[in-house]
Amino acid sequence: MDKFDKLTGIAAPMPLVNIDTDMIIPKQFLKTIKRSGLGVNLFDEMRYDREGNENADFVLNKPQYRETEILVAGDNFGCGSSREHAPWAIKDFGIRCVIAPSFADIFYNNCFKNGILPIALPQEAVDVLMKDAERGSNARMTVDLESQTVTTSDGEVFSFEVDSFKKHCLMEGLDDIGLTMAKAGAIDTFEAQASQARPWV
Amino acid sequence: MSPKTLYDKIWDAHVVQQDEDGTCLLYIDRHLVHEVTSPQAFEGLRMSGRKVRAPEKTIAVPDHNVPTTLDRDDAATMTEDSRIQVAALDANAKEFGVNYYPVSDIRQGIVHIVGPEQGWTLPGMTVVCGDSHTATHGAFGALAHGIGTSEVEHVLATQTLIQKKSKNMKVEITGKLRPGVTAKDITLSVIGVTGTAGGTGYVIEYCGEAIRDLSMEGRMTVCNMAIEGGARAGLIAPDEKTFEYCKGRPHAPKGAQWEAAMDWWKTLFSDEDAHWDKVITIKGEDIAPVVTWGTSPEDVLPITATVPNPTDFKGGKVDAAKRSIEYMGLEAGQKLSDIKIDTVFIGSCTNGRIEDLRAAAAVVKGKKIKDGLRAMVVPGSGLVRAQAEEEGLAQIFQDAGFEWRLAGCSMCLAMNPDQLAPGERCASTSNRNFEGRQGYKGRTHLMSPAMAAAAAITGHLTDVRELM
Repeated sequence: MDKFDKLTGIAAPMPLVNIDTDMIIPKQFLKTIKRSGLGVNLFDEMRYDREGNENADFVLNKPQYRETEILVAGDNFGCGSSREHAPWAIKDFGIRCVIAPSFADIFYNNCFKNGILPIALPQEAVDVLMKDAERGSNARMTVDLESQTVTTSDGEVFSFEVDSFKKHCLMEGLDDIGLTMAKAGAIDTFEAQASQARPWV
Repeated sequence: MSPKTLYDKIWDAHVVQQDEDGTCLLYIDRHLVHEVTSPQAFEGLRMSGRKVRAPEKTIAVPDHNVPTTLDRDDAATMTEDSRIQVAALDANAKEFGVNYYPVSDIRQGIVHIVGPEQGWTLPGMTVVCGDSHTATHGAFGALAHGIGTSEVEHVLATQTLIQKKSKNMKVEITGKLRPGVTAKDITLSVIGVTGTAGGTGYVIEYCGEAIRDLSMEGRMTVCNMAIEGGARAGLIAPDEKTFEYCKGRPHAPKGAQWEAAMDWWKTLFSDEDAHWDKVITIKGEDIAPVVTWGTSPEDVLPITATVPNPTDFKGGKVDAAKRSIEYMGLEAGQKLSDIKIDTVFIGSCTNGRIEDLRAAAAVVKGKKIKDGLRAMVVPGSGLVRAQAEEEGLAQIFQDAGFEWRLAGCSMCLAMNPDQLAPGERCASTSNRNFEGRQGYKGRTHLMSPAMAAAAAITGHLTDVRELM
């Protein structure tokens, strides 16, 4: 997995609440058997018309947001399905960090498995970051996972919370499965005990 | 011992290891797999030379892409990419030796209907699947939730998940439901109260007389949509109805093992003084038959209400409501029961079980669907379909003008050819009314099977109580 430590880049504002996984990546793109190549279809139904032409007023189509690396969004970002195609599409587009007042649980977890940092901040803080993002490519935000801070282009600093284990894995680019495989002995022991206690399982 | 919730008890029974910061390795008893979120996970195993740790606890079935038309054995009914995805599941199930119900098997169906039907889902288990509606299995008092593809691979390889415990929320539905009100109305009404983020960070336990009164099928409908309220999982404590449902199912324990299981299952309830981080109480008699008007499942109102005005809301919801009303092609103040529909979809993991079909058939019986309407019934599994045919329900639907389909997810998420055209409006028993969910620019109103059947007869959103 790609590491995430520090990022300075363009932030795009998407002030909509409840941005769901069907908006992020519509179902017709879930038929792939690969993880890559979904960036071109990120936010597909908002980004393109039926003929595949770009909608000029959609934020990521505007010249100043084409190189977006940070997304600032409304409450409950990523609600809906468990499709990991959503973070795959976000990452493939080049976005490595999403900031919102809250995230849907499964989406939030999926981000960490893919080198994306989701940051939950109070609405007031997101409002300030949204304003900063609206200034376009001249306003670059900095996200520092080590110090757990987001810094606006004006130097205003917001601290955020992140689970210590998730932070460690993201900073080191660790593969969860490898870590758990190293605990195979503990799993063997659990299975042996559980098969005594609940043999019907 | 300190009092525990049902969630606490199941959690504690499955912790393999706990780190100092509270991160746990949680053992998974059942892993359900379908064709859309698994190919990359199996590929990951192959790339790293790993095996499926517990193939006997892994159950795979294709459902999302599968055509539901009677000619589906003809490969041409599937698009090439769908065909490849289903073929990949066929091959992966064989290669890794997991339990498998292929399209040709009468037991094939929506993964969340097949699991309970075959007795894979049992009380006190941990159940995961690369699908958010895994919450359905919580109806059995099983801790069940959706996971992403990376976690699917993690469970395949290790039969565990790295998890932190959620908080406990109690949702109590007191007293009796009024006539015409169903499990779907309960679950939608709860989301109407909590909002789609209200459950974030929690596991919900549904309780109260109205929940106890529900059948297992109704309980599955309630838990199915816990995810729409943002919760990690929904739970209902097992009781005699649960045990009765499980008994004799192909993969349920038998003989002495059944007795041993029952001994443990009967301890699976929340203790009297257990701690709840959040409690919501709704009177059963206050719940009406509801429909959604917008593009979020929290946009719920009684069928007797009118389309709200965006200015009725606060914060970011003002713009969201404005966008929803425009997308849905509605006007603020319009009566919900005046909204004309083009299509009716009865099915999905929320409402594709036999009881749902019985409820819809009871409304439809002896009537015809409105002229020009497209209406389909998609049973949740091959066995549900066979039972509905045996009970004469299929004939009732067909006589009324419904299409009678084969099992699959179908128009709930429209990955197969069952889709809405732009602007087409659907009365749907599914679980999500997101923009584009049932097809590009399609418009979805969520409701119970009885309400969808009523809409099929009149051609507009209808209070089912008027047809009772």
